[in-house]
Amino acid sequence: MKSKAEVVVIGGGSTGTSIAYHLAKLGVDVVLVEKGYLGSGSTFRCATGIRQQFTDEANIKLQRYNIERWKKLSEELEYDVNFKQTGYLFLATTEEEVEAFKENIKLHNKFDVPTRLISPEEAKEIVPPLNVDEFLAGQWNPTDGKANPFKTVFAFARKAKELGAEIYEYTEVIDVIAENNEVKGVKTDKGTIKADVVINAANAWAPIINEMVGLDKEFIPIKPYKHQLVKTEPLKEGQIDPLVCPPAWNDSYLLQDGEDGGVLCGTGLEYGPTYDMTATYEFLREVLKWATKIVPALKYAHVIRQWAGFYAKTPDSNPAIGKINYIDGFYIAAGFSGHGFMMAPGVGEAMAELIVKGETKVPLDWDWYDPHRFERGELRSAAFQIG
Amino acid sequence: MSEKGEKIICRCNDVTLEEIEALIDQGVTDIETIKRLLRVGMGPCQGRTCIPMIVSIIARKTGKKPDEIKLPTTRIPVRPVPAGVLVGEMDEE
Repeated sequence: MKSKAEVVVIGGGSTGTSIAYHLAKLGVDVVLVEKGYLGSGSTFRCATGIRQQFTDEANIKLQRYNIERWKKLSEELEYDVNFKQTGYLFLATTEEEVEAFKENIKLHNKFDVPTRLISPEEAKEIVPPLNVDEFLAGQWNPTDGKANPFKTVFAFARKAKELGAEIYEYTEVIDVIAENNEVKGVKTDKGTIKADVVINAANAWAPIINEMVGLDKEFIPIKPYKHQLVKTEPLKEGQIDPLVCPPAWNDSYLLQDGEDGGVLCGTGLEYGPTYDMTATYEFLREVLKWATKIVPALKYAHVIRQWAGFYAKTPDSNPAIGKINYIDGFYIAAGFSGHGFMMAPGVGEAMAELIVKGETKVPLDWDWYDPHRFERGELRSAAFQIG
Repeated sequence: MSEKGEKIICRCNDVTLEEIEALIDQGVTDIETIKRLLRVGMGPCQGRTCIPMIVSIIARKTGKKPDEIKLPTTRIPVRPVPAGVLVGEMDEE
């Protein structure tokens, strides 16, 4: 293990590996440490969705940029991450929701996201087995998509290493060393690494790292909430290609996995705060109740897997991204509240540029994601969650 | 022709011995990563067929003892169940 680096990244999920890759690309001597295997925290448990359809300017702009990054990511990393623009389809069950959709669409269109209102008939053309009788309209953006989280993390890590980064799996940070409010490195269970810059990309575990450096764990109040997914046996592709979600049905959603066509089914039932990752029977029943209402034919599909992971939630469901002013050299990109994977390319790029150049060309609104907003009692409008 | 693609290890997702060995040769020796990159053990059989064979392949190629290789988590349900049964609208076949 190296005993010294310019930057240490804590956390080997999509965010951490993306930061490490972008730093290495800028010629920085970077080390990443991950307490499990890469992706084992939240990335490998996610629903694979990538969307621009948020309800506020900051997230829409960041995601509009990220879509462009995702489109070129396989080529850039020289590894196929299986990004597909299969769209996101939200469905309205009441007139009130239809009106809200129209407002969302105006906002999306203002920032060059081509969302539009579609009829139930058109929705059925896009998702043939959809139970359209229940829905009044759809909010449809064909440029949203999905990618393979396993391959994405692997590709970021592989390229980062090629560019000189060191990555240590099964290496747990046990202390972050700070002297006179300046970061000096990290102590791990495998040895100490000196560094003047440390980035907390531990997402659900970020408060534990913050405490190590001497910050109050409520300073950035990230809490782990257990969410789950159920997957069916592989089905013929092209039936539920987009992520389909009627928000009024407990934020339930489904989409076909871009790899094997199995249907991933999620719903809003969450548990926590907790670090327990046991799947629950209650969830299995609940999610399938909604999934078979959205696509009745799913009754005949066999369920083959169920697992849990965390939404590392902040009070406003927006991540904390940026510099911690109290400790020189300490940065955070955590608390993604379910959106870490979709945001990873742009967030990694912005963090790397912030550290190296002090500014970034990524349209990331530092004020919006300011890690200090919670102590000031400022909350953003809650980022629209789901997939 | 070589024997490329002839020895299927994961029957659910059609993964061959050669693909697994190639990944290990690239330095990917963690069963958790092999599982996710090749989707072995993630099909309807839940790894019953392939995981023991993959453990022995890793052991053979890396010199580890099979009992040093931690098995991936077994997921619910243990065997495939139609969604309709789980929502109480269908009897199991």
